[in-house]
Amino acid sequence: MLNIARNELHRLFLSPLAWVILAMTQLLLAYLFLTHIDYFNSVQSQISAIPGAPGVTEMIAIPLLNNAAIIILLISPLLTMRIIAEERRNETLSLLSSAPMSIRQIVLGKYFGTLSFFMLLALLTLLMPVSLHVGSTLDLFQLGAAMLGLTLLIASFTAIGLYISSLTKQPAIAAVSTFAILFFLWIIDWAGNSNEGFSVLSWLSLLNHFQPMTQGLVNTQDVSFYLTVIVTFILLTIRRLDRERLD
Amino acid sequence: MKEPLLQASELSRYFGTEVAVNNVSFTIHKGEVLGFLGPNGAGKSTTMRMLSGNLAPDNGQIIINGVDLLDHPKQAKAHIGYLPETPPLYKELTVAEFLQFCARLNAIDKQHQKAAIDSAIERCGLTNVSNRLIGNLSKGFQQRVGIAQAIIHSPAVVILDEPTSGLDPIQIREIRQLIRDIANEHSVILSTHILPEVQMLCDRVQIISHGQLMFNDSIDALSQKMQASSLLLAFEQPMLAEKMRHIPGIENIDTLSDYRFRVHYHPDTNPTQSLLQLAVNNAWQLSMLMPEQHSLEDVFMKIIQNEDTDA
Repeated sequence: MLNIARNELHRLFLSPLAWVILAMTQLLLAYLFLTHIDYFNSVQSQISAIPGAPGVTEMIAIPLLNNAAIIILLISPLLTMRIIAEERRNETLSLLSSAPMSIRQIVLGKYFGTLSFFMLLALLTLLMPVSLHVGSTLDLFQLGAAMLGLTLLIASFTAIGLYISSLTKQPAIAAVSTFAILFFLWIIDWAGNSNEGFSVLSWLSLLNHFQPMTQGLVNTQDVSFYLTVIVTFILLTIRRLDRERLD
Repeated sequence: MKEPLLQASELSRYFGTEVAVNNVSFTIHKGEVLGFLGPNGAGKSTTMRMLSGNLAPDNGQIIINGVDLLDHPKQAKAHIGYLPETPPLYKELTVAEFLQFCARLNAIDKQHQKAAIDSAIERCGLTNVSNRLIGNLSKGFQQRVGIAQAIIHSPAVVILDEPTSGLDPIQIREIRQLIRDIANEHSVILSTHILPEVQMLCDRVQIISHGQLMFNDSIDALSQKMQASSLLLAFEQPMLAEKMRHIPGIENIDTLSDYRFRVHYHPDTNPTQSLLQLAVNNAWQLSMLMPEQHSLEDVFMKIIQNEDTDA
């Protein structure tokens, strides 16, 4: 399993795609980071007098992680599309399936391989706000909670993308469908928001469970929501590949 | 009787209502090269995919080295090396990197990995290209990498699906040589639609057509079948078929021209001696007497066609 994960990551970095994605995301986020700092600078003098005013963490770090979540939502289909669809198109899947290992190991290996790429992306992003720790004080607990949320969010994106990729032979189809589903799960709570109180639609929204964590509120309900999504889609992928041998 | 290395019994596989493989049973023993012969779409690849655990049969059982492939796929797969029709290669890796991945994939111990990779590279003649990207290699070399991948964990059975398709004649010769070398250490199951290849490489032949096993015997038995029961005769002077008809054993004579005849005889009584005797006695100027041999193609077509007329 580790071997497959390592191979997955290794092959990712052999393609220019991974490097371009890393570079472009860093560029975008760095720009956003600077604008957040700029904005904070301009309002700092006005809000510093107010007791309990938002600090660096709330004004810079959290918005940046929010931005990162959206950007990763946009780019994750590009990477998850190839996980299985491309192997199927190049007919390399039989290499893995005739090796002495179970489908579960193959799927988990591929999942963690891709996930570690996204984690790298997220960690690089995290370095930016953490650098502020040199000159000011950060609320590390809030930042940690937000980072946990981001990790779970990314893990869910990857699991959904993995499953969609296992459905088709064409990476492009996988990318478009994954993007549509992720986007839908993002905006679904726009409809939900109009109602007061609990709503199924807003409960389904992936980003909606992320918001409390950015405020430093780690809720078992939110964590288990993400874990459910991740486990469900991984299991679906395993079932899907298992069924492939049957028909 | 020695325990067979691989035993497939009553394999069947349907795609929808279409029968791809129908009730096929066979065994392979240690050190044997088994040729799977059949026209395109006969069910060769389907059978290969079932043997390698890539496709579950609808019916039947596969036992490899005493392990049931369907009940214990992980243990059974460790005994198989499989090269599908399209070699499964990651084109962005170098040969050495790819084989390293395969070695890990097949759970070879860390200490033995290097030795396994080196020996696979050497046996498949990849020493000079081991640091090149697989995508940049010629088709013949890619095929070799595919074979190296299949033998890296020294499996008991190596399954090769049309290993020479799409190669040029020189590459075909090299790959055949390689397969012969591999056969010294492993049992090999080979599928192909090229008949001479089977004659050259295999100990035993199975002919499959429309998902049915038509013929399953040694290559010698196939050669026996190729022994035709006819002689080709030519004379220096015009001859009449009537003069030879009374020779015992002769069943029928085709007159090809005034000088040339084809004599069909009963397989049990070869009339060559009596024919020669008669020719000498009567001073027929015999210029040619040739036993006719069917080509493998003829036999193949005959075996397949027999089934068609039976059906």
